[in-house]
Order: sequence, then structure tokens, then C-alpha cells
Amino acid sequence: MDIENSPRAGMWLARVAVPAPGASALPPVQPEAVAPAAAEVRVKVDIRDVDFFYGKTQALKNINMSLRDRRVTAFIGPSGCGKSTLLRIVNRIYELYPNQTATGEVLVDGQNILASTFDLNAVRSKIGMVFQRPTPFPMSIYDNIAFGIRLYEKLPTSEMDNRVESALRRTALWDEVKDKLRQSGLSLSGGQQQRLCIARAIAVQPEVLLLDEPASALDPISTQRIEELIAELRPDYCIVIVTHNMQQAARCSDYTAFMYLGELIEFDETERMFTHPREKRTEDYITGRFG
Amino acid sequence: MSATSAAALFRRRRLKSVLWIGACGIFATAVAVILLLIMGYIVREGISAISIPFLTRLPRPTGISGGGVANGIVGTLIIVGIAALMAFPVGVLVGTYVAVYGHRRMSQWLSFLADVLAGVPSIAIGIYAYTLLVEPFRHFSAFSASFAFAVLMIPLVIRATEGAISIVPRELREAATALGAPEARVVLKILVVAARPGIITGLLLSLARVTGETAPLLFTAFGSQYWELRPGQPMAELSLQIFTYAISPYADWHAQAWGGALILILAVFVLSVLARLSVLFGREGRGHGGTA
Repeated sequence: MDIENSPRAGMWLARVAVPAPGASALPPVQPEAVAPAAAEVRVKVDIRDVDFFYGKTQALKNINMSLRDRRVTAFIGPSGCGKSTLLRIVNRIYELYPNQTATGEVLVDGQNILASTFDLNAVRSKIGMVFQRPTPFPMSIYDNIAFGIRLYEKLPTSEMDNRVESALRRTALWDEVKDKLRQSGLSLSGGQQQRLCIARAIAVQPEVLLLDEPASALDPISTQRIEELIAELRPDYCIVIVTHNMQQAARCSDYTAFMYLGELIEFDETERMFTHPREKRTEDYITGRFG
Repeated sequence: MSATSAAALFRRRRLKSVLWIGACGIFATAVAVILLLIMGYIVREGISAISIPFLTRLPRPTGISGGGVANGIVGTLIIVGIAALMAFPVGVLVGTYVAVYGHRRMSQWLSFLADVLAGVPSIAIGIYAYTLLVEPFRHFSAFSASFAFAVLMIPLVIRATEGAISIVPRELREAATALGAPEARVVLKILVVAARPGIITGLLLSLARVTGETAPLLFTAFGSQYWELRPGQPMAELSLQIFTYAISPYADWHAQAWGGALILILAVFVLSVLARLSVLFGREGRGHGGTA
């Protein structure tokens, strides 16, 4: 595999670093935000020949796709097309449910995590996940963040404080919660809860972030915050976002995968996908003719 | 649809709605009235029997005034307390297992057995305890009563725990698992904690349920006229004392039975209120879960 790290997309950073507060909530995709050619960006997660079954029903059919490091990949498609299912394979969370099975390979840094010998906790420490509904744990804001860290590291209090603070700063939540770290995570608003969950995910220093419709339960302002946060985190992670909202995919992703009825129809740079889709079905979907 | 037929449709709907809601109101009121009448009657009859000596003294023979039910109150606390010590851990652990591994055959069996056990008449469970813990030792004991109570409580606690855990959003379990938390930690630190208000409510309601039980005590605790604090011996118990006094032919004992009934009802009332409060406090933190 070609492992060549391009210099980070400077133009992208320049664009997202100044989220003008008063400006329109939905900045259009700008041409210079297009990711560099695929060959320049390292592949972080390689999905090969993946099939997925709920019991006997096949939900994913022969999916092949490469997710790139330091880039955002969006999965779009109508409800039930398998985009969340695909996301849930990447950290094997589907294994909580006994009748769900996946075949094929998912290579994370070249290692097949679907292999039964693979240590699940090891893979999950590298792959963070955020869900549609915010999932604060029934504990304090501080402990929500510390819960994950404590799974892997035994830190003295002062160091733990620093880690919690930096995770909360990273998600722009620190100023809002620094005076109530001991309060329940459930006392926060929905948007804050979701940022808390993202902070919790990045506090364990993962390399991949899986976001399963992270903003679809939130109002427009909170949604914008989440999108800004994705742009903010982009330089350091391989981010995958499942979304129902095509504008959201256009706004925050470098690559887009269009799925339909369990198949990957088209996978391309977001810019090209939304301007010159190769497949008729993709075009129909993004222009709103079905779905 | 024409305007007139639409109007007729809406009139019919309104009528139906009024009828159904009216029926609900009438039956709800009837139930509440019956309950209040019973409570009111017990309070009226029992209040005159209650006094400091009634609460602090031992029973006395009929005809001698000033007898109390102090040993029965203490006995109830001991018997129910030991029963709780046995039933709570078993019930909560089994309920957790059933909720977390609901798909396993073992869970389905446990769940079914809990339902069957919950339906067994308490007197049958008393006989079971008698056969197991009274007969072999040739004497009645408070412990055998606690055992019978524990058997009564376990299915209730299992059901309550299972219910409380299974309404925890599945994303919470997924989120903790996705962080790489081992299963034991996910279950104990996340699921059980999230379900705690519901579990506590179930525990308190199971206490309330057995506190009013009499039948299993007849051939286990048996009752006693004396201060008896050793679980290995026959022990006084409030509902048993009420039973004994109520079926006696003596007016002064009848009055004491009413007094005992009032105390028992107050105890169950307090437990039920606590159960309610535990749910309210559990929800408090979740009250602001809106957006933004």
C-alpha cells in the first residue's frame, strides 16, 4: 500500500479556521477545498469484499472502499441502504447482536480487524464512535471523559485533569462546562451532550472517528457547531460520517460514498460526486429525484 | 368528502371520545373511592389503638390493658431485612443477566421461571419453606420466614431489574463498548447505573409486597409473645399478630389488630412513596435533554 503523507491541505484549513460567527450557517463548498489526488493520501481503513447479514437477510453486498487518513468521508443514501451498517462494521460494534455477521476484510493500518483472532478492545481503542442520539453516560461530565481514558491508562489526578480539559477544549465545550464538571452529563443540552460524546471519543486518542448521523437529532445551530468541529478535527483523524443530509455531506466531506440497497453505487471525491456523478442513480439521488 | 359528512364524522368521533374518557373517569374514581374508604376505615378504627405504649410494649393477655406490638414491629424489620439481604443480590444479578443476555436460551428460561414463581401462591411458598427449613430442624424460625419472603421477592426483583435495564437506550451500551470497555464494566458501570432508579423502585416495591404477607408466616415464623431477636427462633411479626388478634373473640384484641393494620399500611405507604421518589430523582438529571 502506498503510504505517502501529503502535506495537509492548507487551503482547507484556511477555510475552516475562520468560521465567521455572523456569516451564513451553511458555507457552500468551495472549489479549492477539493482533496488532493487519492494517491497522495494514506489509506487508513481498507474495506474489501465485505458482505453483511442480519440473520439471513443480506444488508451489504460486496463493498470495497478505502477510507483515507486526515480526510472526511461521508456515507450518503436513502434510509435502509446500509450506510450505518457499514460504519458499524469498522469497529465491529455489530457483534453485540448475535445474529449479525460480516464477511470479507476490513484492514485498519493493514491489519484485518474482522479476523476472529483480532483483539477487539485494541481495535476499539483506535476507533472512536459517536451516535445519532447523544449518549452521555449516567455520571458527571468529568467522569464521562475520564471513563474512556481510565480503560487504557492509569493517570495521576493532575494529568487526568489535563486530559479531560484538553478533550473538552478540543470540542469547544470547555468554556461552557468548566464550572460544572461534577454535574451529570445528562444535565447538558442535546448539542452539548453530542460534543461531550465527541470529546469522550477523542480523549482516548483514537485514529479513526466514526460519526453515525451525529447531527440529525440536533437543531441547526448545534449542527453547525458539530460540522465546525469535524473540520477542526479533520487534520488529525480519519473521519467517517453517515448522514441523511446531502448538504452536510457536501459541506464537510472530502470523499462521498453513495449507497443504495446494500450496494456501494459510487465513491468519489465529494466535489466531483456532487457536480459530475458518473452513475445515473447517484445523480437522481443527489438531485432529489428519489430517496 | 362533503362538508356535512365530515361534520357528522367529527361529531361521531367526539361522542366516542367523550364516552370512553367518561368510562375511564368513572372507573378510576370508583377504584380511588374504594381505596380511600378502606384506608379511611382502617385509620378510624386503628388510630385510637395507637399510642406510645402500643409501639413500645410487648403483647399482654386479653383483658389486661396496655399491651403493645413492639416485638411484632421489630420482628417484621428483622424478617423482612434478612429476606432483602437474600433476595436483592440474587434478584438484581439474575435480572441483569436476563436483560443483558436476553437472546440466550438460559435467559428465556430464567425469565419464564420468574413469571411462574411470581404466580405461585404465597402459602405454597410458605409450605416450601416449612418443608425445607422448619421440619428438618423440628422448630419454627424467623429465618425460615425470611427465606419464604426472599423466594416471594426474587421474581419481583428480577422483573423490575430486567425492565429497568432493558429500557436503557441500546446506544449507551454501544457507546461504552465502542470506547473499548470490557463487557463487565459496560454492564456494571453503565447499564446498571443508568437503570438504578428503576431498580431501586423495584426493590422498594418488593419490600412493600412482602411486608403485608401473612400466609407464609403461619408455618415459618409462627409468632411469639416475647422479645425474640434470634433468627433461629420463632419470632413475632406484625401481620401475624394482626391475624391472631383479628380472629380472636376479644374486643380489646380486635382494637389492637386495627392499630397494627394501620401501622402496616403506613409502612407500605412510606415504601411506595420512597419508590416514587426514587424514580423522580433518577429522572431529574435527564429533564433538560432538549436541543441546543
